[in-house]
Amino acid sequence: MSTIAAREHHRIEAAGHPFVYLVPSGALFEVDETADAILQALSAGPRPRDEVVGALAARFGDAAVSETIGELMQLQALGVVATQPAAPRPAFIPLKPIPLQSMVLNVTNQCNLNCTYCYEYGDDKIVDTSNGTKPKFMSEVTAREAVDFMFTEAGDSPTAHITFFGGETLLNFPVLKKTVAYARRRATELGKHLDFSLTTNATLLKPDVIDFLVENRIAVTVSIDGPPKLQDKFRVFHNGKGSYDIVAPKIKELIGRHRTRPIGARVTLTKQTLDVKSIYTHLTEEIGFHEVGFAPVTNSGERDFAISGQGFDDMLGQFTELAYEFLEAACQNKHHGFSNVRETIGELHKGVSKAYPCGAGVGLVGVATDGDVNLCHRFAGSDEHKLGHVRDGIDRTIQAEFLRRHHIDNKTDCATCWARPVCSGGCYHEAHLRFGDTTSATLHYCDWIRGWTEVCLKVYAELSVRNPDYLRRFDDEPAERVA
Amino acid sequence: MKHLKSINQKAARVERHVMHNTPAAVATAAEHDVVALQRGGPPQQPSAPHIPLGCSLVFSPGWEADRTGGTAGLCQPVERDLFDCHIGCYWPAQVPDQLNHAPDWTNKCAAAQKDWRKIDLVFP
Repeated sequence: MSTIAAREHHRIEAAGHPFVYLVPSGALFEVDETADAILQALSAGPRPRDEVVGALAARFGDAAVSETIGELMQLQALGVVATQPAAPRPAFIPLKPIPLQSMVLNVTNQCNLNCTYCYEYGDDKIVDTSNGTKPKFMSEVTAREAVDFMFTEAGDSPTAHITFFGGETLLNFPVLKKTVAYARRRATELGKHLDFSLTTNATLLKPDVIDFLVENRIAVTVSIDGPPKLQDKFRVFHNGKGSYDIVAPKIKELIGRHRTRPIGARVTLTKQTLDVKSIYTHLTEEIGFHEVGFAPVTNSGERDFAISGQGFDDMLGQFTELAYEFLEAACQNKHHGFSNVRETIGELHKGVSKAYPCGAGVGLVGVATDGDVNLCHRFAGSDEHKLGHVRDGIDRTIQAEFLRRHHIDNKTDCATCWARPVCSGGCYHEAHLRFGDTTSATLHYCDWIRGWTEVCLKVYAELSVRNPDYLRRFDDEPAERVA
Repeated sequence: MKHLKSINQKAARVERHVMHNTPAAVATAAEHDVVALQRGGPPQQPSAPHIPLGCSLVFSPGWEADRTGGTAGLCQPVERDLFDCHIGCYWPAQVPDQLNHAPDWTNKCAAAQKDWRKIDLVFP
């Protein structure tokens, strides 16, 4: 008789029901008592099938247990223990050429703020933005070439997306303005749908700039850290003065007038500003942001603002509270602006199982001020992470090598982690700063990522019980945001 | 599935896939298709109901393949242009101009299966 074993899965409970998240498929099933008992019976290791049926027959009946084992086998939640090792499965490398969906244009590498923790200017920068050889501002010609490059690389894809980024993006407003006009004209000629977004620190949001953003339906993400005390700790001007008093009224004006696209806040969390709930409340209620997303500060791990062990637990606790606030709002079909939970749930809803953590170097690239094409905006200008140039296109050999080296199958550390369908090893930039190697998994985050994924799974599963109709809103969630 | 309920989109896809590939489902799907000239194996599109299209089930020549990619029961319009080629099909049939010169050309052909012999040649 055959010996059966549970395959990789992660069990959770939500709203009093048991669920299993299958790995690596990313499928989430609610299981009944029988199926749950079978999986539990196999939690210590493989057992002969007859023994499992025998042990559970008294509770559920012979036939029901056998039938459930059959169903679990079909869904690959259980498997027969093979006497021969399975043949290795080749890694699935995406078909080439991959259409470009998103281009992040670093229109300048200069900034009027001097945020201590900045990955572009701080101690952990990877490109010499102050005295380096790269131009400080992207020229109009390069920006146009970049637009042409994007449409060429987008191939047959009907949509394309441009994100303007910096430095402080609005320092190069003239080029931004002309680029939007040019890109729109080209998109119309080519019959493509094009949309724009922009990330800014809000210091330069003058009325004419706001008019332009409104007219052109440009989605805006504002980098802001919260109430004055927290914002002014790191987000300071070059003279050391805090920026809250300058940006707050401008953001309010932007939110008051820009109604065509939702305005989001993007918060960097540090050891000194780890007050997620009060930041969230301030940004949504006092300032009026539609959405707020948080990210722990990226650094080499040696900085005094770095979040470490206990800090991550703290952060997870506060994220969890907000996630359950989101759940209660969702159960009443109300909006809640905590975008981290929304994004993760969006992925869980689809059941993504990623070979790569993000679209960098695949569907998304960053373009530096001189037109160099890099993995993403965080690597803009880094020769080591260059994929090509806007005039020559993406070098397919480099891209293929990148895909081969960064595939999840090569991340040995991730091989037994149940959260890998969603995480897939984590941010390349994080890995580069922490371990000096983009191919490494972001091991300093593992506990936090698993904790957070579990919270989101539970929130999602509970929603499926309490308000299943709400989940349909995630059927067509847009692509990832740029942070 | 009686003991598991799919929650997310991936789970629904996995379940659909599994349900369509059970031996019983494969056999049922095969029963409902025209299999005369087709090889065995799982049907290519087992999920959709079999909706007869064009001449794949009715005698309406001009379709080169039915919706499963099969050719059983289809005409071979390369050999001859037949009735209905000029109405329901893209095939550029060499048939009389029914609008102007031969309006009554198919009058005697009520049902193509039975009456196709009654469609005669037209001489200008």
